[in-house]
Amino acid sequence: MSEQPATADLGTRVIEIIAKTQRIPLDSISLDSTFEQLKIDSLDGINIVFALENEFGINIPDEGVQSMRSIGETVEGVRKLLELKTAESEDRAV
Amino acid sequence: MNRVAVTGLGLVCALGNSVAECWEKLAAGVCGIRPLSDPGSPPYKFVRGAQATAFEPLDYFSEKDLLLLERFAQLAAVAAREAVAQSGLTFSGDLADRSAVITGSSIGGQFSEEDGYIRLYREKNPRIAPLTIPRTMSNAGASRISLEFGIHGPVYTVSTACSSSNHALGQAFSMVRGGQIMAAVAGGSEAVFAEGLLRAWEAMRVVSPDVCRPFSVDRRGLSLGEGAGMLVLENWDHAQARGIPILGEIVGFGMSSDAHHITQPCIDGPAKSMQWALRDAGLAPERIDYINAHGTGTQANDLIESQAIRLIFGEHADRLPVSSTKSMHGHTLGAAGAIEAIATLLALRHGIIPPTANFTSLDPACALDVVPNQSRSAALQFALSNTFAFGGLNASLVFQR
Repeated sequence: MSEQPATADLGTRVIEIIAKTQRIPLDSISLDSTFEQLKIDSLDGINIVFALENEFGINIPDEGVQSMRSIGETVEGVRKLLELKTAESEDRAV
Repeated sequence: MNRVAVTGLGLVCALGNSVAECWEKLAAGVCGIRPLSDPGSPPYKFVRGAQATAFEPLDYFSEKDLLLLERFAQLAAVAAREAVAQSGLTFSGDLADRSAVITGSSIGGQFSEEDGYIRLYREKNPRIAPLTIPRTMSNAGASRISLEFGIHGPVYTVSTACSSSNHALGQAFSMVRGGQIMAAVAGGSEAVFAEGLLRAWEAMRVVSPDVCRPFSVDRRGLSLGEGAGMLVLENWDHAQARGIPILGEIVGFGMSSDAHHITQPCIDGPAKSMQWALRDAGLAPERIDYINAHGTGTQANDLIESQAIRLIFGEHADRLPVSSTKSMHGHTLGAAGAIEAIATLLALRHGIIPPTANFTSLDPACALDVVPNQSRSAALQFALSNTFAFGGLNASLVFQR
């Protein structure tokens, strides 16, 4: 359980989820894209957060949502939450 | 007081996806009540419904749009598009602020609600789809129409069960007549074929096991239907100044509450609703040439409605054609008044009375001319359309050719 998904793989997975949720082509999204560029509004954001939570088994707090304004920031946020989840499960294992 | 013109009509129901398609079927007496696409497991006690099977949402909306739009809101928007296109109105400047959208819906977004409960109670999953609230709200259709056309005036939804859209039309009529607004998109929509709702109707024991046969001696109940009807109502002078065809006129609106029983109808309430509508129109009962009845096909409704018509129209009832088009498009609940308003306006316009389909033989207790099975040509000037809702709420509209 100590192995982290590499950021590149995680990025791909996040982009896939956003493309699917937004019904937009995969190649229209890159790690540098901002939500504004992708015309993702707050309501779309709620859908994306819901899908990310389901996919990664994480709980994204409201303040975490505020700090995700681009794909890069979203990937980073998900990565931190996954690390936290792994650390917690390791704590329990001890 | 301003005259109120009807300058656009839009219709989606079991009979088709446009006014022209539906009218052709209505005038030909074609019944749209067919075997259910999903008969239920275990099977529902009724096997038929008036489903809008030809309505394919992706023909009208992007996948992304559909994330936010339940079927009842899709139907509302599509009917509104047809009505607004016919009216030729564009809602910009002052007209955008002085136009309204008033819709009727009894149920709202039932499918998302049921999906949520399946997750929550059956699957024990507390994570409900995040757009459930905007999908289920009863004003989703009205708000979509407002957004699509940029209408900034009064926009709201009336929910009074089967009278919802007559109440919505009545409100819009009153506001145009009173000068508060210049135009309105008004009507109603409903999407009823959701399992939980069908089970609830089954439990009420008012749905016919075959088809609905209004006013027939062997009638066994109503047939559920889905659809939407939207009308563009417009200040008469405004419409005339634009030089567009005026399709008809609303001249009277009446409403009443039985205050008698939550589901059992009584004669007084429906009679008063018709009486107030006639008084509002300034018409003697003898001036009415056709009634589009509430005519659900239940034992109680058809009996009480016939008696109420007798009470108000007296001997004129002997010569007054009364038909129930629910025998063709089903009972669309919150959309009923709007769909039937369109049928009534088209009857006036074309001089053709749509029949009561599926008719077998007359119930002597409903001794009216119910235009059995065959449409009829007649010169018509004024017509009245009724809706009577569970909860004892009655609403009648009077139209002029």
